[in-house]
Amino acid sequence: MAETFDALIVGAGHNGLVAASYLARAGKRVLVLEQQPQVGGAAVTEELFPGFRFSSVAEGTGRLVAHVAADLQLHKHGLKLLPIDALLTAALPAGGRLSFYSDTARTAAEIARHSKADAARWPDFCAAMQCLAAVVARLMMLIPPALPAPSGRDLLELLKLVAPARRLNRKQLGDLVRTLPMPVSDMLDEWFECDALKAALAVDGVHGVSLGPRQAGTAFVWLLALAAGQVPAFAAASQLQGGVGALTQALAKAATSMGAQLRLNAAVQQVVVKAGRAAGVVLASGEEISAQVVISNADPRTTFQRLLDPLEVDPVFLRSTGTIKYRGCSARMHLALSGVPRFAFDATARIRIAPSINYIEQASDAAKYGTWSQQPWLDVTLPTLADATLAPPGQHVLSIHAQYAPYHLRSQDWDTQRATLGSAILSTLAQFAPDVPQLVLHSQVLTPLDLERNYGLPEGSATHGEMTLDQALHMRPIPDCAQYRTPIKQLYLCGAGTHPGGGCTGINGHNAARQVLRDWG
Amino acid sequence: MPRPSPFYSRTAALCESHSWQEWSGFLSANMYELHHLREYYAIRTAAALIDISPLYKYLVHGRDALKLLNRVMTRDIARCAVGQVLYTPWCDEHGRIIDDGTVTQLAPGRYRVTAADPSLRWFEDNATGLQVQIDDISDSLAALALQGPLAGEILQQAAGPALAQLKYFRHASAAIAGMDVSITRTGYTGDLGYELFADPADAERLWDALMEAGQPRLLRAAGQLALDMVRIEAGLLLVAVDFISSKKTVFDVQKSTPYELGLGWTVMLEKGNFVGRAALAAERERGAAWATVGLDVQWDSLEQIYKRYGMPIHLPETAWGNAVPVYSDEVQIGRATSGTWSPLLKKYVVLARIQPQYAKPGTPVCMEATVEAQRHMTAARVTALPFYNPPHKRA
Ligand SMILES: Cc1cc2nc3c(=O)[nH]c(=O)nc-3n(C[C@H](O)[C@H](O)[C@H](O)COP(=O)(O)OP(=O)(O)OC[C@H]3O[C@@H](n4cnc5c(N)ncnc54)[C@H](O)[C@@H]3O)c2cc1C
Repeated sequence: MAETFDALIVGAGHNGLVAASYLARAGKRVLVLEQQPQVGGAAVTEELFPGFRFSSVAEGTGRLVAHVAADLQLHKHGLKLLPIDALLTAALPAGGRLSFYSDTARTAAEIARHSKADAARWPDFCAAMQCLAAVVARLMMLIPPALPAPSGRDLLELLKLVAPARRLNRKQLGDLVRTLPMPVSDMLDEWFECDALKAALAVDGVHGVSLGPRQAGTAFVWLLALAAGQVPAFAAASQLQGGVGALTQALAKAATSMGAQLRLNAAVQQVVVKAGRAAGVVLASGEEISAQVVISNADPRTTFQRLLDPLEVDPVFLRSTGTIKYRGCSARMHLALSGVPRFAFDATARIRIAPSINYIEQASDAAKYGTWSQQPWLDVTLPTLADATLAPPGQHVLSIHAQYAPYHLRSQDWDTQRATLGSAILSTLAQFAPDVPQLVLHSQVLTPLDLERNYGLPEGSATHGEMTLDQALHMRPIPDCAQYRTPIKQLYLCGAGTHPGGGCTGINGHNAARQVLRDWG
Repeated sequence: MPRPSPFYSRTAALCESHSWQEWSGFLSANMYELHHLREYYAIRTAAALIDISPLYKYLVHGRDALKLLNRVMTRDIARCAVGQVLYTPWCDEHGRIIDDGTVTQLAPGRYRVTAADPSLRWFEDNATGLQVQIDDISDSLAALALQGPLAGEILQQAAGPALAQLKYFRHASAAIAGMDVSITRTGYTGDLGYELFADPADAERLWDALMEAGQPRLLRAAGQLALDMVRIEAGLLLVAVDFISSKKTVFDVQKSTPYELGLGWTVMLEKGNFVGRAALAAERERGAAWATVGLDVQWDSLEQIYKRYGMPIHLPETAWGNAVPVYSDEVQIGRATSGTWSPLLKKYVVLARIQPQYAKPGTPVCMEATVEAQRHMTAARVTALPFYNPPHKRA
């Protein structure tokens, strides 16, 4: 008789691996099925050109929530952090720059070169934001309540918010509620006068969403990113040795060391449903594996519309899964370089090319009308400056995150636009490092279509569904399945399409495992 | 403004009463003469031609056509052979009726579905993930009902003697005066009858050909008022009158399940999963909250009430369709939803939804009767449906 499992996990993205680890740790027999020949999903390091290894999709990682990293003892499984000095450098016209450091005073001194008033406000801004972020961070760890009719267990869960919220005074609490639906530019306008400073921060309110900084709700995106450790100006001063893939490699080792089994090149074709309950999966090879629960690391649309027999899913629910906004609008560009490009500043930190709020807003206009930005904002990293293992000696890898490149183009298609987008990105970059084009040995552009084709991210959405206020919290991915559970009993979601959203935080997988174990008990 | 149906030039010419109603956006004759009784008798004793073009019609085809229909419909569409027609309701995910209609398998894997309400969106929602094409053919098919004990003879006259072989709830393609017509032996009268579907461009010539063939057998056009009477006699429910589509109300109390509407025989729990199955399975275990029955209003009892006012009994001239309380021992047990005087049966017949423990035929109940703006109770007897079920309907 074939081996049976307690839990099957569809997908070895970082969230699937985190969920697998927690379930295995709780004594469950777990099998992770990954369609790709490698683990990691969107968090991978890949040798795109011989000898050159890139963090091909996700550039950085969120703060993999400290207690997840500790629980899973990732340091024991080869995870190594390399210290870096600056966190982020905003490249400004005419050789200008604005750098951010983990030391508040040092950043303030840097800001003072642009605005004395803003430099003076910087420490207060940091303190206020960290305060709000602490509450948001707690919120992210919750299994969201089923609203409008929460269960007793939901209310107990919400009690966990009381302690961090108590640390805020009434004004701060009011500020939090007021801030969430704001445009990130308005939020920053209330603090600062220097456009370059505001722009360098505002990018994180539109990272991975199809919105511009003057659109409502982007302050929420910003706060969420802040709490997840994804606002570089406030992130950890370290870089993963071996690129982002090192994280998922370590997670895979942690999961297997706890007893989970892992199978690569094992695409799940269908989740088997019997009498309204998930009972196992069928692989593309035809092999059937049964289990008591199935947990999908795939995005909600794929899970509900491709992995289930539609006859088993309530049509109204199925239709609502079709309304989830994905709207990927980011492109990646990878360059193998023969040497270090000459920037007007030290390039070890992430470099941000987004010199003003208007610049970002104008770039976002393109997305509204179904074209890509001729002048995109860019996040540029040169990880080989700190980690020489990623390229042959003396040579370098450079990766760019560019926005906006909407998945849905009005009158063109990505197969014909890919190369022109690449040129636009490169010429934008060359304004700040004119020698880059001469250094390029190899290059690759990943449009949202490529992210969909190569990494299974529908519409190229980094977050398995756009990370907007209306698709957040108890409404993520949609209200009917926002608690990691689905209308199919024993079928759970654990990917970025669930609360608290995208980014390599591991929280989705952690919370999903908690829910599964709670329901088991 | 309601729009004219493809038969309008013919129906309008006959419509001496100028009495029209709106039906799904179309003008539909209430009655052609100043009184509808001759139209009623035509349906029951000869034959009548009824313009049913306003029905919604869909063509479902493609690899997963059967899968889609079996997902939506409560009956097992796999049992619908080519050339067969099935009557079936369809429900929402809570097992509450959205609408009902017929499914005809025209050719292998090609189905025509009729519906009272627009259903494209619901069918398409259910088609998510399936390879199936759903065409709204409502406007590309003109439709006529030819109903009554002589309908068969008239049809054979018009379309050839082969139609004599067409059995109850079967489909045939035929030619009438050189026009292609798709014919099902179905109807909404509970009598012998056919429904004919044709190209709207042929509509007027089709009407003329049938009228000509039917003239020796006293065929006449019939309107909605006559139809409403016969459908009550036949125990056929009318959406928006006897029940409300679950898509047309947000209040659960206003929705109904097939079991509550006497349509439990259409619910095939064993056929595999379909929309509403889980809820319907639970309901079957539990028992339905309501039963749909006929009420035979007792003449003597009603006459007594009128007598108190010094009046002769007064019977409704047309079918009515509004909720009227039904009682047992002064306790309300349900509601009547439509009723009519049946000239053929010489009975006052009513459709009602009552608590199941009172549903046994013969149970005496009372129905509210308002006389001179005063409320009274008239005696009625629970009756099995249909009230009228002539052998020639199926023969
Ligand atoms: C361009 C871009 C830039 C980004 N930058 C950052 C960043 O800087 N910092 C950050 O924190 N995050 C970033 N992200 C977001 C982050 O990468 C994702 O949100 C995160 O990796 C999602 O993890 P996951 O485990 O939920 O899903 P995924 O990583 O998408 O994993 C899902 C896994 O399921 C597998 N799968 C799907 N279907 C099946 C099936 N049928 N059978 C078997 N396996 C299946 C897939 O192959 C995949 O391995 C970025 C994303 C993109 C696209």
